[in-house]
Amino acid sequence: MLIIENGRLIDPAQNLDGIFDISVDHGKIIQVKPRERDGAGKAAGRRNLSKDLTIFDASGMLVIPGLIDMHTHLRDPGHEYKETIKTGCQAAAAGGFTSIACMANTNPVNDNQSVTEYILRKARHEGCVNVFPVGAITRGLNGETLTEMGELKGAGVIAFSDDGKSVKNSELMRRAMEYAKSFNLPLIAHCEDPDLVNNGVMNEGYVSTCLGLKGIPHTAEEVMVARDVMLSELTGCPLHIAHVSTAGSVWTIRDAKSRGAKVTSETAPHYFTLTDELVRGFDTNAKVNPPLRTGEDVNAIKEGLKDGTIDMIATDHAPHSLLEKDVEFDYAAFGIVGLETAFPLSLMLYTEGILSLPQLIAKFTVNPARAFNLRKGSLQIGMDADITILDLEKTWTVDVSCFKSKGRNSPFHGWNMQGKVVATLVGGKMIL
Amino acid sequence: MKQTGYKVIMDREDIDRILTRIAHEIVERNRDCEELYLIGIRKRGVTLAQRISEKIKGIKGGEIPIGALDITLYRDDLSEIDAQPVIKKTEIPFSVKGKKIILIDDVLYTGRTIRAALDGIIDLGRPQFIQLAILLDRGHRELPIRADYIGKNIPTSRKELVEVKLMEDDGTEEVILIEEGIDGP
Amino acid sequence: MGLKSKDLLTIEELTVEEISLVLDTADSMKEISTRDIKKVPTLRGKTVINLFYEPSTRTRTSFEIAGKRLSADVVNISTSTSSVVKGETLKDTGKNLQAMNPDLVVIRHPAPGAPKILADNLSSSIINAGDGAHEHPTQALLDIFTIRERKGHLDRLEVAIIGDIRHSRVARSNIYALSKTGAKVRVFGPHTMIPPFIERMGVTVCATLEEAIKDVDVIMMLRIQLERQGDFLFPTLREYSRFFGLDLEKLKMARPDVMIMHPGPINRGVELSPEIADSPYTLILDQVTNGVAVRMALLYLLIGK
Repeated sequence: MLIIENGRLIDPAQNLDGIFDISVDHGKIIQVKPRERDGAGKAAGRRNLSKDLTIFDASGMLVIPGLIDMHTHLRDPGHEYKETIKTGCQAAAAGGFTSIACMANTNPVNDNQSVTEYILRKARHEGCVNVFPVGAITRGLNGETLTEMGELKGAGVIAFSDDGKSVKNSELMRRAMEYAKSFNLPLIAHCEDPDLVNNGVMNEGYVSTCLGLKGIPHTAEEVMVARDVMLSELTGCPLHIAHVSTAGSVWTIRDAKSRGAKVTSETAPHYFTLTDELVRGFDTNAKVNPPLRTGEDVNAIKEGLKDGTIDMIATDHAPHSLLEKDVEFDYAAFGIVGLETAFPLSLMLYTEGILSLPQLIAKFTVNPARAFNLRKGSLQIGMDADITILDLEKTWTVDVSCFKSKGRNSPFHGWNMQGKVVATLVGGKMIL
Repeated sequence: MKQTGYKVIMDREDIDRILTRIAHEIVERNRDCEELYLIGIRKRGVTLAQRISEKIKGIKGGEIPIGALDITLYRDDLSEIDAQPVIKKTEIPFSVKGKKIILIDDVLYTGRTIRAALDGIIDLGRPQFIQLAILLDRGHRELPIRADYIGKNIPTSRKELVEVKLMEDDGTEEVILIEEGIDGP
Repeated sequence: MGLKSKDLLTIEELTVEEISLVLDTADSMKEISTRDIKKVPTLRGKTVINLFYEPSTRTRTSFEIAGKRLSADVVNISTSTSSVVKGETLKDTGKNLQAMNPDLVVIRHPAPGAPKILADNLSSSIINAGDGAHEHPTQALLDIFTIRERKGHLDRLEVAIIGDIRHSRVARSNIYALSKTGAKVRVFGPHTMIPPFIERMGVTVCATLEEAIKDVDVIMMLRIQLERQGDFLFPTLREYSRFFGLDLEKLKMARPDVMIMHPGPINRGVELSPEIADSPYTLILDQVTNGVAVRMALLYLLIGK
């Protein structure tokens, strides 16, 4: 039995923000009680329920439901040299995440029951956080034939996505949405028109003009966002737009939502903290898909987060080894690791006054839980004790060599951060 | 800007007298002046060559052609010096092949500049001969080089600096000897 | 005096003073190529490696001759026959070369930023002989040297660059070089080949050929690559040469004393009609001659010490 006392609890799902004591037993939340001020040191209302009792004094710290990342690449099976389920989970815990959704673009692709079961089994054995597999929309990500969504759901996937690729064939995407609706699971769309992308390696703009690198116009993302939200409206299938990066995507989604479309969306921290200027100097840690955009896009993303157009923040954690990144910019793989830096980076939205703390925390907790029907993201009695404890005042410097992830491909190396995860509990067990 | 620590070892009249003498010596040794060519080592050697050419013209008549040689690309000490020297052009408007060349420079010291100049000229062709005329020999040769026409012999110590100033290049006319470490004018 | 960096990777990073130094030094070097014995001993014992990942005759030969005229030992590596075919990364190739102690490596590579990888990992000096569509600094230097030689100065000149600006490293380097030295640059080409926001580099984008070449001092024609047809950038060579190529008729819209330049090799009849290519308007052969002098100057300035 564990009691976390004296911490500032913010649980947006329950509208709580105050000093609370949280009691945990057998992996579940059993009590959440506001702390009554009653004099020096003595906890009001603490009862000794059993001899096996640990007290965690969270004075001055922030206690929140364990963070949920709806977009991680665990690379396992197939590319274990980049990351494994074990190391990916450790990275998640280090970043305060207690639940992660892993994308299907592994090798083999998660387009059938065996791969889903492999992932869940491995996660049970060596993963220290909750792993929720996302199944592929098309077999082998071929963009041509649907996967057996019923079987995949039975095996344990929580959504379908061809992330890494878009589904180019519009008729297929329509039917995929309709079919997924039969099984009540949402689709996560990776929106890009591959023909407009045309082998581009960075955002098409002034910087790409100066550098002579092939550019990806923002419109490549926006045409697919528009297509997919309209197909969602046509079919009534809930749609989640992954890694929104442009101003045009934000207002397209805002527009669709205003018409009542069942659309949610996410962005990643690099889309509100970095711009394509970072590509000058050809650092491959600035190569990501969707690419880093312009200052105007960054502002639009922040606006979208503020007004709720963008419901969630997800990391798109994409580990790569030196093999893929220590090469010429044109040949480098796209991707940035994010689990261990996402929350401190997102705290900048709070310090900049764009989001309140509860609004920020909601992006990582209640919003993803609701959209994907997960019984997570809140500390209600009876729910799993997935808890993250942070010290908001602590400053630290990002050092990629200390990452728990195998991936070192982060553009934030050397950044000074404020806010550090102090403890991560999954099912009542302290992981970090 | 101290007055002490350096001394003027040649003034305007000294220089002029010396150049006149050298011009006479050159004429005397080379009866057949039609085939004489002067090559000055940049940059003050070129000025001296122009003056000597004028003086020879005053003595004997006839134009003596002048060339300017930049020896930067032939130096053997490029790796030793700190600042990379700026190259100026080599402009020799005649072929050196078969010609009688008088090589002219201001100060003869270690001999390395002259060695580089000899390489530079011979890369352009095979002269009949090369004679060397210098304004001032300060000793301390490091290579077996000697001048045919010497303005003045002035023993110096290695710690001293010799500076030649000519009107066309420097705005004044004098040769000064400076103890190292003291500012000159 | 000397160049600040051990490498020459971009014109963007050069100061105006450094550009002047290169041009003045090239001026002195030019004379050596007119002698009977075209050699000076300055870089004797220095090793220069030409590492060309893209085929090139003129640039590579130009660097080779430049090195040899300065008495350097020049080695050519062309990657079709080398370890690269066996899958060796650029960084590994670079480190292996470094182990043989070259003084300078000249690299041409299809990926922008590749020379920087060598510069960061090798202690040798690196010269960028063209990295993808990014920069080709020695071309721009020889181009402005040629213009300066003819016109006596660079500032206040008007220069038009015409062709596939989007994919041209020659255009980018020249835009930087001309802007830094005070010239004004106009660009023209099919709209598909004008990259976005290029006006922010300080150039004027022209809407017609007439607007581009009227009253201009120099016209730089860029080579059109036939592969770009497949990228939907222009329909046919016929159309391209009709609307974006130069011939004597169109040249009447320019001043009679206009100078025409081209980095080579020319697509006769496409960018330039054969009459122009062979006319006295063009400085194309001067560019080639000056290319050797400029490259000699750069080799001297980078490793001549």
